[in-house]
Amino acid sequence: MSTETATSLDLLTGGEAVAHAMRQIDPDVVPIYPITPQTPIIQAFAKFVSDGRAGGELVNVESEHSAMSAAVGSALAGARTMTATSSQGLALMAEVVYIAAAMRAPIVTALGNRALSGPINIHCDHSDSMLIRDSGAIQLFVENAQEAYDATLLAVRLAEHPDVLLPVFVCLDGFTITHSAEPVSLLPDDEAKLFVGEYRVPHPLLGAEPTTQGPFAMPDYYFELRHQQVAAMAAAEGVLESLVDELAGFTGRRYDPLEAYRLDDAARALVLMGSTAGTAKDVVDDLRSRAHPVGLLRIGSFRPFPTAAVRAALARVPDVAVLDRADSPGGAPPLFSEVAAALQGGRARLRSVVYGLGGRDFHPEDVEAVFDSLHDRGGHAPAYLGLRSGR
Amino acid sequence: MAELRRWQQLPPGGIVTPGAPRARTGGWRTGVKPRVRLEACVNCLLCWLYCPDAAVRVEGETFVGFDYDYCKGCELCAEMCPAGAIEMVPEETRVD
Repeated sequence: MSTETATSLDLLTGGEAVAHAMRQIDPDVVPIYPITPQTPIIQAFAKFVSDGRAGGELVNVESEHSAMSAAVGSALAGARTMTATSSQGLALMAEVVYIAAAMRAPIVTALGNRALSGPINIHCDHSDSMLIRDSGAIQLFVENAQEAYDATLLAVRLAEHPDVLLPVFVCLDGFTITHSAEPVSLLPDDEAKLFVGEYRVPHPLLGAEPTTQGPFAMPDYYFELRHQQVAAMAAAEGVLESLVDELAGFTGRRYDPLEAYRLDDAARALVLMGSTAGTAKDVVDDLRSRAHPVGLLRIGSFRPFPTAAVRAALARVPDVAVLDRADSPGGAPPLFSEVAAALQGGRARLRSVVYGLGGRDFHPEDVEAVFDSLHDRGGHAPAYLGLRSGR
Repeated sequence: MAELRRWQQLPPGGIVTPGAPRARTGGWRTGVKPRVRLEACVNCLLCWLYCPDAAVRVEGETFVGFDYDYCKGCELCAEMCPAGAIEMVPEETRVD
């Protein structure tokens, strides 16, 4: 989906690419606690700070709960605020993520997606993101290091937009993106700063017009205040689209809320999020070269979920498999639930496939197996891809 | 009671801006409320320090009495008073 206009490329891991975006954004405050696989992000950013290449206040807090708590205070006081975490760190943060969204604190967090314990594991899946699915925070899922960089710049504008004012998580697959080096095109610092602009908190905590933040709300007002987040998420859909256009003017690249890949005349399609889209696109290309009408829909914005666009993109695809890198024991997996809701009343046959939990590899032959299972309408898609099963 | 506002009419995050009507938090009080005998008060202001809300009225640096709109009847002031000037009395007791 991108057309390169940049003159030079740097070899960077996704973590380093995010750190460069943070250096260019130059947040005022970064309260942070390290956790694998987020660590390279903050390690690289801390080096920028100590080398004088970023001027923000790096606060070494004692936990992720404290990191997000400090971030809420900082953002509402009027400081541009960023942090980063993964897995258990996000689990510990989760309580305050809900509060950050309710208090409309525009904090940008880089999330190196990692499986939640237990068993304890350090590798990628999306279970940590799904833990805060209903928090009111925006979640953008990227495919590679380049998109991680672009999305971090965009996230700041999205979070701080006066119609949005919500926390934004830039979700990059742990290790696959955070630790893998790829050629990345960075904007010149002055252009990145021009795009990002200044943060203006609409109602500062202090100053000439001080405010009380985070009030108590009883049954007479809680419902209305929660509903503000629904409206902010709805506004975020349009703001995100216009920011994608605006950023494309700087970078020559577009990362849309959803990416339809060779979907126009597809008879079979996969829906998924994150780095595995790269593998799946190769398989789509391979199957297309052998005249199989297959396609892919990659969800870039999980919250807000682009429901209408998903419905339109899949309107004429008869067989669809939704690949979740997270499960919901006793219920439907989260991405499947969203797609099923988007397509309700439609005619597509939907299958749910859970894959890649705890960093389980996702090979091209796995993708092909899912496409094959969709081809045989009497067949069953593997509900748990690659799971060893049987006595 | 003012008419309840709709969600569109509330500031983002429900923040409270200058000039907002004061919410009276004393409505939770049940049973008892503090009464002060100012002639026994030594003006140590421990009641003001310990009051978890804003029920202790101070003019300048002098304790002048209670604002029951903000008193929840927690009894901390009466407990802390070193001079025995504050006592808890039934809600219906008339106080000046």
